[in-house]
Amino acid sequence: MGKNDMYTGAQILLKSLVKEGVKEIFGYPGGVIIPLYDAIYLQNDIKHYLVRHEQAAIHAAEGYSRVTGKCGVALVTSGPGACNAITGIANAYYDGYPLVVFTGQVGLDQIGNDAFQEADMIGITRSCCKHNYLVKDVKDLARIIKEAFHIATTGKPGPVVIDLPKNILTSKATFSYPKKVELVGYKPNYQGHPLQIIRALELLCEAKKPVIISGGGVLQSGAHKELTELAQLLQIPVCHTLMGTGTYPADGPKYMGMLGMHGNYWANNAVMKADVIFAVGTRFNDRITGCLKTFAKDSRVIHIDIDPCSISKNVKVDIPIVGCAKNVLEAMLKRVKDKNLEAEINTEARDKWFAKIDEWKQKRAIPRVEGTKLSAITVLNTIYEYTKNLDPVISTEVGQHQMWTAQIFKFNKPRSFVTSGGLGTMGFGFPAAMGACAGVPHRPVINIAGDGSIQMNIQEMMTCVDYGFKVINCVMNNGYLGMVRQWQEKLCEKHYSETKISSPDFVKLAESYGALGIRVEKEEEIIPALERALASKTPVIIDFIVESFEMVYPWVLAGQPLDNVILSDGCEV
Amino acid sequence: MVANHTISILVINEAGVLSRIVDLFSGRGYNIESLTVAPTIDKNYSRVTIVTQGDDRVIEQINKQLNRLIPIIKVMDLPTGDAIETEIVLAKVYVTDETRAEIIKVADLCGARVLDITDKTYTLQLVGDDKQIRALGEMLRPIGVKEFIRSGKVALSRGNQFANINLE
Repeated sequence: MGKNDMYTGAQILLKSLVKEGVKEIFGYPGGVIIPLYDAIYLQNDIKHYLVRHEQAAIHAAEGYSRVTGKCGVALVTSGPGACNAITGIANAYYDGYPLVVFTGQVGLDQIGNDAFQEADMIGITRSCCKHNYLVKDVKDLARIIKEAFHIATTGKPGPVVIDLPKNILTSKATFSYPKKVELVGYKPNYQGHPLQIIRALELLCEAKKPVIISGGGVLQSGAHKELTELAQLLQIPVCHTLMGTGTYPADGPKYMGMLGMHGNYWANNAVMKADVIFAVGTRFNDRITGCLKTFAKDSRVIHIDIDPCSISKNVKVDIPIVGCAKNVLEAMLKRVKDKNLEAEINTEARDKWFAKIDEWKQKRAIPRVEGTKLSAITVLNTIYEYTKNLDPVISTEVGQHQMWTAQIFKFNKPRSFVTSGGLGTMGFGFPAAMGACAGVPHRPVINIAGDGSIQMNIQEMMTCVDYGFKVINCVMNNGYLGMVRQWQEKLCEKHYSETKISSPDFVKLAESYGALGIRVEKEEEIIPALERALASKTPVIIDFIVESFEMVYPWVLAGQPLDNVILSDGCEV
Repeated sequence: MVANHTISILVINEAGVLSRIVDLFSGRGYNIESLTVAPTIDKNYSRVTIVTQGDDRVIEQINKQLNRLIPIIKVMDLPTGDAIETEIVLAKVYVTDETRAEIIKVADLCGARVLDITDKTYTLQLVGDDKQIRALGEMLRPIGVKEFIRSGKVALSRGNQFANINLE
């Protein structure tokens, strides 16, 4: 074997990424990964985007993954760089998006000696990633990368961390990328049990009052078409979780919208009164169940999930089906068609059920109207109407604006709505939108933000300007951390403890970055501002000055039964 | 109903696998009553035996969560009383001329072996189940037990059930 067949760890890493089809990575250099950045400098296969904070690199990789369906890749240095990445890794873990995150590490001979910029990343990330590796021999590197991509993208997807000691990046080895992985302890189950599928269909056909809860797993497995067809064949109304947004067409029949803490009254009520709940790819998070004791008390539950842990964790399941939502729903559809099962449905009972839901639909949330400033709800309605035919990607931060967006924006296809669900990370939306720009450059990308959360990763304006990521940030600027303020109003006698928050002049701030800043204070200014933003060649901040004390309704207080809905000021159902 | 369960876990014998398991228990609020770990006959694999408590729902979650860890190959919940279980205890006891005979009597009675003798101490070893080990402790306590060190339980399913993978 000649000398030319030997490669450094840094070169092996990049060659492995090329083998995985990686075209873009997000990162930030630092001391121990200088050798890797040197290798990046000397190649043209992979585009590296330099962010302004490591947290943003991970969120951007996740945003990229969310809109493209590919595995996101990020690269950070050791110690502080790696620690800054934790929130991003945890966010991807909770919402189940595939990432491979490379963290620098001090040299193997220094590990454990409290070296400069050393942090025990294997220990720190253990509980917030799907798996992690410390590379101890450069000969293992290609295999580890192969395994990491496999683990990240299969089963319930999630982030995998690879910790790279400095000397691994400079040590040399031959390169051959493994064709397949051999992991005796990791074999996700993709096919649902045929007998369980038969039992589930029997139950669904005889159900008088069934509902479907469509979760993020439907989106992840690309099962939205199968779910839609099955729901329509078997005449089952569909609601979705926050992560399941876009998995059932909003203009489809028997669509009930989002359920949960800020879900539609009729969706919540239908789930509470259903005799059969058919849940697909959801973890039954407390935000959708409300008080667990009262949830699904009198109903039977069918649950499809690829992660056995999700089944019967919070809600007791009668018919569990462990498998990939797409495969299971395909098998169900085939059986429905082969056996002509739609003929077995009790249409009389179903008609009554639909009539009941239509009746509940009359009960809608009534927004609080007061003051003279713009209403955030009006602003969001206008943004939605103006952009809905442009096939936009909508990302959000976390808070009131997030819930209003989830309520107002209708999505007819998946991978259009990017939001932090499980971890609820303020500061996620903007960098994720940036990643979305890299992933789908032809689509407009709009980040709906609050004045609190936009300030958590505002530094990424510079990244966006540098790379021409035309994120349109629409800031609902109400001067408060609105969601916490809303809770304080209701539960803490209006003690607005540390929730009044000031902001810089966002217009000037945008301009100082070389971006476009627009302030909107009147309703008639909204559309002209959007026109300018969409035509802009740079990223944008639109500073919408909105009322401070608007509320997100409907609202189920934490721990309350799901049908205990507050629809407006002083009105509980 | 909360009950004791013995969880037998076959893992890949690699660095950090034990901390993954222990972190899972502490992070999710599960209890570890005892824990033993050692390589199997094939040194590429190790066996971890954990005694834990919980109702059926908790035990089911523990099993599933453990299975989710990548280096874990197989998890078996061995119902108490339905598996072969054993544990070792080492007990160091003060001796005086008055207690010397009594300690030997207790050791005989409980089936413990004397491993070490000095002028001031006897060290006993007992292999047995939880009940036998606790009985030994109770009998030694009034005599003056200095140290009482339990190994934690190891367990194996009865009959033809195997928790091993094909270790070819």
